[in-house]
Amino acid sequence: MFEGFDATFLARLQFAFTVSFHIIFPAFSIGLASYLTVLNGLHLITGKPVYRSLFDYWKTIFAVAFGMGVVSGITMSYQFGTNWSVFSDKTGPVLGPMMGYEVLTAFFLEAGFLGVMLFGRERVGEKLHFFATAMVGLGTLISATWILSVNSWMQTPAGYSINEAGQFVPEDWWAIIFNPSFPYRFVHMVLAAYLTTALVVGGVGALHLLRRDVDTPGAKTMFSMAMWMAVAVSPIQIFAGDLHGLNTLEHQPAKVAAMEGHYDDHPDGAPLILFGLPDDEEETVHYEIGIPKLSSLILTHEWDGALRGLKSWPKDERPPAELIFWTFRIMVAIGFAMLALGLWSLWARWRGHLYEEPWLHRAALFMSPMGFVAVLCGWITTEVGRQPFTVYGLLRTVESSSPLDAPAVGTSLLAFIAVYTAVFGAGTFYILRLMNRPALAITGPVDQDGPLRSGGIMPGPSHEKDATGHV
Amino acid sequence: MFELDLAFIWAALIAFAVLAYVILDGFDLGVGILFPFFPAGKQRDLMMNSVAPVWDGNETWLVLGGGGLMAVFPLVYATVLPALYVPIIAMLLGLVFRGVAFEYRWRTHRGRWVWDIAFFFGSLVASLAQGIALGALVQGIAIENREYAGGWWDWLTPFSVVTGLALVVGYALLGATWLNMKTTDEVRDRARSFAWFTMLGTLALIGVVSLWTPFVDAIYFERWFRFPTMIFSIVVPLAILFCVWIMWQGLQQERDAWPFLAALGIFILCYGGIGISFYPYIVPGSLTIEEAAAPESSLKFLLVGAVILIPMILAYTAYAYWVFRGKIDPESGYH
Repeated sequence: MFEGFDATFLARLQFAFTVSFHIIFPAFSIGLASYLTVLNGLHLITGKPVYRSLFDYWKTIFAVAFGMGVVSGITMSYQFGTNWSVFSDKTGPVLGPMMGYEVLTAFFLEAGFLGVMLFGRERVGEKLHFFATAMVGLGTLISATWILSVNSWMQTPAGYSINEAGQFVPEDWWAIIFNPSFPYRFVHMVLAAYLTTALVVGGVGALHLLRRDVDTPGAKTMFSMAMWMAVAVSPIQIFAGDLHGLNTLEHQPAKVAAMEGHYDDHPDGAPLILFGLPDDEEETVHYEIGIPKLSSLILTHEWDGALRGLKSWPKDERPPAELIFWTFRIMVAIGFAMLALGLWSLWARWRGHLYEEPWLHRAALFMSPMGFVAVLCGWITTEVGRQPFTVYGLLRTVESSSPLDAPAVGTSLLAFIAVYTAVFGAGTFYILRLMNRPALAITGPVDQDGPLRSGGIMPGPSHEKDATGHV
Repeated sequence: MFELDLAFIWAALIAFAVLAYVILDGFDLGVGILFPFFPAGKQRDLMMNSVAPVWDGNETWLVLGGGGLMAVFPLVYATVLPALYVPIIAMLLGLVFRGVAFEYRWRTHRGRWVWDIAFFFGSLVASLAQGIALGALVQGIAIENREYAGGWWDWLTPFSVVTGLALVVGYALLGATWLNMKTTDEVRDRARSFAWFTMLGTLALIGVVSLWTPFVDAIYFERWFRFPTMIFSIVVPLAILFCVWIMWQGLQQERDAWPFLAALGIFILCYGGIGISFYPYIVPGSLTIEEAAAPESSLKFLLVGAVILIPMILAYTAYAYWVFRGKIDPESGYH
């Protein structure tokens, strides 16, 4: 049934599918681990029970999301070898040690302290428990550092030589780790994780404020914290994204041309295309609506700045504009929507209406999954924009894959689709149900209506008979 | 015997990571394999809780094995994984099911049985796939021009099926002795009876695999039946029998930690036996440790970190085990 496909295309589909599923969980758990650390710290300092109950509320959700991140991540660490063996052989000497460091400095740290964070508060005391939480949070950030360095090296390789077996050999580790696009990508992604989490937390807070069935400090506190985050971080993110774009223009101009939908060279100022349908076959954008010169102004900071179009590269060195033209625009639009939400909340806060503006809450609820959409669109833009290479300019995607038959890759692809849909579908359902709990109502001692599985390695009493009666 | 160079140090470190994975995730996979043999409800809750705080750390050693292999023996990573494509994918999918079961199981009453089954089947499939992969590796893998050169069903042979079975029973032994150590009352009693069965099963299967291996390849025959390496043929089995004796005593005298420690000993000895068979190859018959090693700059860079970080990891992992030490009291929660 897979005779019509080639194995490399199926391997790409499989990687795209598994990594897209995977990135959702780290994007959430990086932000949530930091949020939990802050909540735990605030509880430790102020002693206010609201922080403790928010911690327990989000901890349960974190546990489910983190579990999904772990299992989908193990798959990633082996998929390089199973489906991209030539890539692994050639880049292993450079990328392998960085991933090795990711395991040694980050994964063990997270895993080692996760058990204590989830189940150990009463066993180790408040302070050590806070420390364990902070270590989990630190682990997620260290992990992001290494893996983004790996990805950035594939985009902007540096510090290597090539040996007679065709392998990339590390020459200068500093240059490899801090390759030209790494600092930008790192900042952009970590901020994206924080914003994504803020939108989720804000959305859950808004949901419970809208319901009015539980008028509690919990819902207010989480909504307020999330909106501060949105208003503070989204402008920084837009600025960081702009810098990242300029960095891409410098090192991967073909990617930027595809993102912008520029097929022709624009020696004296390129238009910013707001809408249009790029067509890679005919090398033109249909139904184009654009603002003259604006693209040049954004990218070169000059009205008449020259920009190269895709036609100036041979056809077999161009990324597909048809896809990333759109993913890029969706990401940017969501970024500005986040900023708008943040400003709206600031206005409402200033007027003292933050908790009484149903339309603001509805907007926050609508925006709550949008961070994930933006993260996925951003990654599609940068990864598809790197095509047709795995290591930009040096190793082609078609020369990277394993010597496998299409049926083998196709069958495993179907298995992954079936399993991931079922397993992570169920997980998402459980997370949504956890978010639906008004466990925020806890203001007294947590023991009484504590959240599900209230933190014991013991079987907790009646796990799901929470106040809503949802089972 | 050999000069201590970077490639061999790394081979030893990767071997250590894989061993750590096998014995650590081994017992929690074993708990999963034994899951359906215990009544649903409180007993299974207890079983799962006995490993819940540590399973994630245990599985991280598998990621270290994979990531480390790509770093320091990229050619092994790039040839063995395509050769073992089907068992590796099966293992990954199995680990997905059992991994999520740790959390999902507590999130539903009506659907709990689904995640009980997922925990069992995921653990079983992952264990079987690992054992089969080991057997296939022992048989050797065809490599030409830095690529896997065999078919994608080559891994499936009677020998690899037996090694798969052996690992499943062995993990069940680890799981049973772990539960015997960590639990009380009905769970402990039932675990103890499973420890007896699986001990006998493990011994029998170790015997079959050990007697079969020398006939899989002449190199193994040489190794085990020629002086001086023949000494191992006497020492290793005797040491295994000593572990069995300890386990026997522990089970009879109800010294609940002994059987688990003895089971660890059996695993370490068998693993050592495999190491003796392989040396100096890393992929038997195809790639030596020396041939497969990454350039020196890669080996050095990661070694610096490994030397500093692995002791730290062992220390805080030991701390995490220490926090949750002792028997689990089924009556008290940690609220």
